[in-house]
Amino acid sequence: MATARPPYDKLVFELSAPGRIAHSLPECDVPVGDAAALLPREFLRAAPAELPEVSELDVVRHYSRLSQMNYGVDTHFYPLGSCTMKYNPKVNEDMARLDGFARLHPLTPEAGAQGALQLMWELAQDLAEVAGMDHVSLQPAAGAQGELAGVLMIRAYHLARGERRTKVLVPDSAHGTNPASTALAGYEVVQLRSNEAGEVDLAGLERHLDADVAAFMITQPNTLGMFESRIHQITDLCHARGVQVYMDGANFNAILGITRPGDLGFDVCHFNLHKTFTTPHGGGGPGAGPVGVKAHLAPFLPVPVVVRDETSGVFRLDWKRPQSIGKLQAFWGNFGMLVRAYTYIRTMGPDGLRAVADNAILNANYVLARLQSHYDRSATGYCMHECVVSARRQKRHGVTAMDIAKRLLDLGFYAPSTYFPLIVEEALMIEPTETESRETLDDFCDAMLQIAREAEEDPKLIHDAPVTTPVRRLDQTLAARQPRLRWTPPR
Amino acid sequence: MATVPADLRYTKEHEWARREGDHARVGITAYAQEQLGDVVFVELPKVGARVSAMKTFGVVESVKAVSDLYAPLTGEVTAVNESLARKPETVNGDPYGEGWMIVIALANPAEYDGLLDAAAYEKLIAAGGH
Amino acid sequence: MRYIPNTPAQQREMLATIGASSVEDLLGRIPPKARLSRPLAVAPAMAETDLVRQLRAMAGRNAHAEACACFLGGGSYDHAIPSPINHLISRGEFFTAYTPYQPEASQGTLRTIFEYQTMMAELTGMDVANASIYDGGSALAEAMLMAAAVTGRRVVAMSGGVNPLYRQVAETYAEGPDVRIASVPVGDGGTDLDALRRAVTEKTAAVIVQYPNFFGCLEDVRTAGEIAHAAGALLVVAADPVNLGLLTPPGAMGADIAVGEGQGLGVPLGFGGPNLGVFACRMELVRRMPGRLVGQTVDIEGRRGFVLTLQTREQHIRREKATSNICTNVALCALMATIYVAILGKQGLRRVGELSAAKAHYAADALAAVPGVRLRYHAPFFKEFTLELPVSPDRVVKRLLKDRILAGIPLKTFDRAHRSALLVAVTEQRTRGEIDAYAAALARAVA
Repeated sequence: MATARPPYDKLVFELSAPGRIAHSLPECDVPVGDAAALLPREFLRAAPAELPEVSELDVVRHYSRLSQMNYGVDTHFYPLGSCTMKYNPKVNEDMARLDGFARLHPLTPEAGAQGALQLMWELAQDLAEVAGMDHVSLQPAAGAQGELAGVLMIRAYHLARGERRTKVLVPDSAHGTNPASTALAGYEVVQLRSNEAGEVDLAGLERHLDADVAAFMITQPNTLGMFESRIHQITDLCHARGVQVYMDGANFNAILGITRPGDLGFDVCHFNLHKTFTTPHGGGGPGAGPVGVKAHLAPFLPVPVVVRDETSGVFRLDWKRPQSIGKLQAFWGNFGMLVRAYTYIRTMGPDGLRAVADNAILNANYVLARLQSHYDRSATGYCMHECVVSARRQKRHGVTAMDIAKRLLDLGFYAPSTYFPLIVEEALMIEPTETESRETLDDFCDAMLQIAREAEEDPKLIHDAPVTTPVRRLDQTLAARQPRLRWTPPR
Repeated sequence: MATVPADLRYTKEHEWARREGDHARVGITAYAQEQLGDVVFVELPKVGARVSAMKTFGVVESVKAVSDLYAPLTGEVTAVNESLARKPETVNGDPYGEGWMIVIALANPAEYDGLLDAAAYEKLIAAGGH
Repeated sequence: MRYIPNTPAQQREMLATIGASSVEDLLGRIPPKARLSRPLAVAPAMAETDLVRQLRAMAGRNAHAEACACFLGGGSYDHAIPSPINHLISRGEFFTAYTPYQPEASQGTLRTIFEYQTMMAELTGMDVANASIYDGGSALAEAMLMAAAVTGRRVVAMSGGVNPLYRQVAETYAEGPDVRIASVPVGDGGTDLDALRRAVTEKTAAVIVQYPNFFGCLEDVRTAGEIAHAAGALLVVAADPVNLGLLTPPGAMGADIAVGEGQGLGVPLGFGGPNLGVFACRMELVRRMPGRLVGQTVDIEGRRGFVLTLQTREQHIRREKATSNICTNVALCALMATIYVAILGKQGLRRVGELSAAKAHYAADALAAVPGVRLRYHAPFFKEFTLELPVSPDRVVKRLLKDRILAGIPLKTFDRAHRSALLVAVTEQRTRGEIDAYAAALARAVA
């Protein structure tokens, strides 16, 4: 089979030659430099760690070659639904790498960190405005930690009112982190069935809203990419029973400047700066998951909170918050990501942010319009920033959503999210984002339609895919049955 | 259609039980292993553990799915199939034989008669599993 | 708008394909009263040159480690970052990829994580390391919860030598699962082992120590482990992996779970984030481990390849029963660490530890020679140590900032009992000249 696979199959350990070095370290300029003279022997390693011994060129070439085995947004269209794989502007990177930000120690005296604290304070203000919330904590390291922070604040709020509520409602269409974060916060998770249209079933919700329910956690727009149009009824219904409403902000890109969680009645929402606000995904993090709350939850925000003294204009970290849920990570948040998000918001301005949502929605509906002749829609009406289609029709020819994903790799595209949300059979979740051009979308849709034809005419072609990638389909069962989780030297 | 031996009893959660005197041997059905796909891991209790009818006693995992295992009967675990730790694929290959999971010393043998018989279980899986 | 390529003409054509007359048509499901009727009140868009100027000015107001001699530690350290790291991580194929859900198109990321797991297992002396989690604090908290899940117990004994910021994170994570944290005091720099013996019972899920501890001192980890294991509890050790090129690894001292902050391995200080949470354990415990794992396998042609594996532990499959709620790792920081360890290698990483220890000991002597200043503890230390000052550490820190010296961390921030204590860290980057200048400035400040 003709393929364009580069014949590279090395791990850095396999490039090692004893005595070779890639580092440059200063000479010891103090009188005693020998560890044996400084530290008791029992604390010194008996044998050196088995680490590679390579040259600098070995390192540069090895990781350059490995990078070529990846698809990224910079090289490929990446329509991974729910992940908002938009372009990551280069100027953001320059700003995050400024010495004053990148080389700033977190425990620098506040007087020496005013620029950083100002940036954080302003970003929190901006995010609060974008979400219609009263306060924002920038501390959570990722969306899942934002969820944990949000649910813990809700818990602290109820406890402060003397209420011991024990359950949180989560729709069956939710991201897996929602039930996991909720359980970690000590709640029993009650899964709510979505209605036929994939939306919240109001009658079902009402039935479940008893005095034990602390919160209802939903994604808006939902994971089918549809706006929950009865949102005010949902939030009113919850509030009438003393239930707090949490918005998973994974899909924030769809609503920038159009509507705001706070105005929809949500009490808490988190942001994924790596989705909506262009910080890079980095191969799987670091993300950043700030969490916004209404005023009644402010006493419970994680410590410390960045505050500004009104008279002096001086910024500081406020630790004296007795009702706080505490800390989520050791320091103040994923600051490097905050610099990037700040740069992006200042680049876009209010009109730019609104144009993001408009074009994200336009692009998703365009893709949906072009695909619906060959793929089943999961919902009726216009979608928001992403669409979910089903490969049900292709499955009749033995071609699954996963097969389609693999074939797309050969045709030069990363794959949509597959098999999510769980409520859609053979789901393909496509999020084009606003940073892709119509030309790119057309190329992608052409590929999807080609695959639909191939499913009928030549399913083997799809089952064999991918053939152009560095490896072909991998044996997941072997990996799980006989876990090999580290390299070991050949015997 | 997955096989459903006539001499066994079944649960709605797709475990089987075989009466062996005062004891019962337990595993998952051919239908269950088909639905799971390639089994990669089975977590079982230790000998001496107490299990209760229709309470979980372990976990079975495939690459992308995980299922709780429900004890068909109440009692004390007297044997555990240790070979599944090394060869979980036995659950796929021989679910009613070498792929057994635990043996329970029955605390309440009458429970056995309350389990589904082969015909009832066949009806259950024909209806889609639930 | 340079990040949005659709032209007005294209937008019209696309709307025609959709069968809508305007974008407004597409928003019909949003109830009118939910709509924001004004533009967002954020600052107007700025041109790149203006924005860069503004951000440079903000960055310039910070006393960063390029402008000052940095003696700050406490969980974040100014180790040198070799040049190739930034060049390599900035390659868009790494930088703009996501979680390797499609392994065939993500072998680059998967291979680097596999290398990272190997390096971290090797450094910590443990069997297996995960693909990383958020930071040292959350890694410690996750280890605490994992120990509780493994043992079925609900109390942990945590040394007072654990970084107080990590402890605060652990307290937050302990809230929901109702885990109780029992504190064990520090004596003369190390955990009070008699107090530890008294604190550990048959209800203890884990003994948690940090090595070297928050005050810089080397702990008797082996004895802490014996106390834990005698009670059927696990030993959790927090250790900075950059030190483990030189120091005896936790795995050789009885650790069941080793965690740590890996920022020192090539990750910028970055005002405290993103950082790198290292998490490693014994193989028997791997199915209770939080976070992603990469494993080796083969493709259909028998070629070596790598995949995310043992995923049934994780939230996207096990949902509310997952071992943790974590979804991402910090892949990019793990990549920095991987390249760092590859560059420093077997000899270099040991040498980084040795140079740091040597300079720290020189600095401790020089600073403790200042009249009125003394070392607070007698226990052996590594690259960080605690001073006892005759005047307010806050005042000293403020005064030395004027001399462009980041003198250390006043510990009264964390505990009022430490009101005269200053925590000082020294890495291989500090020169004898900087240390001597610090000692001279300190002498002036306390005089």
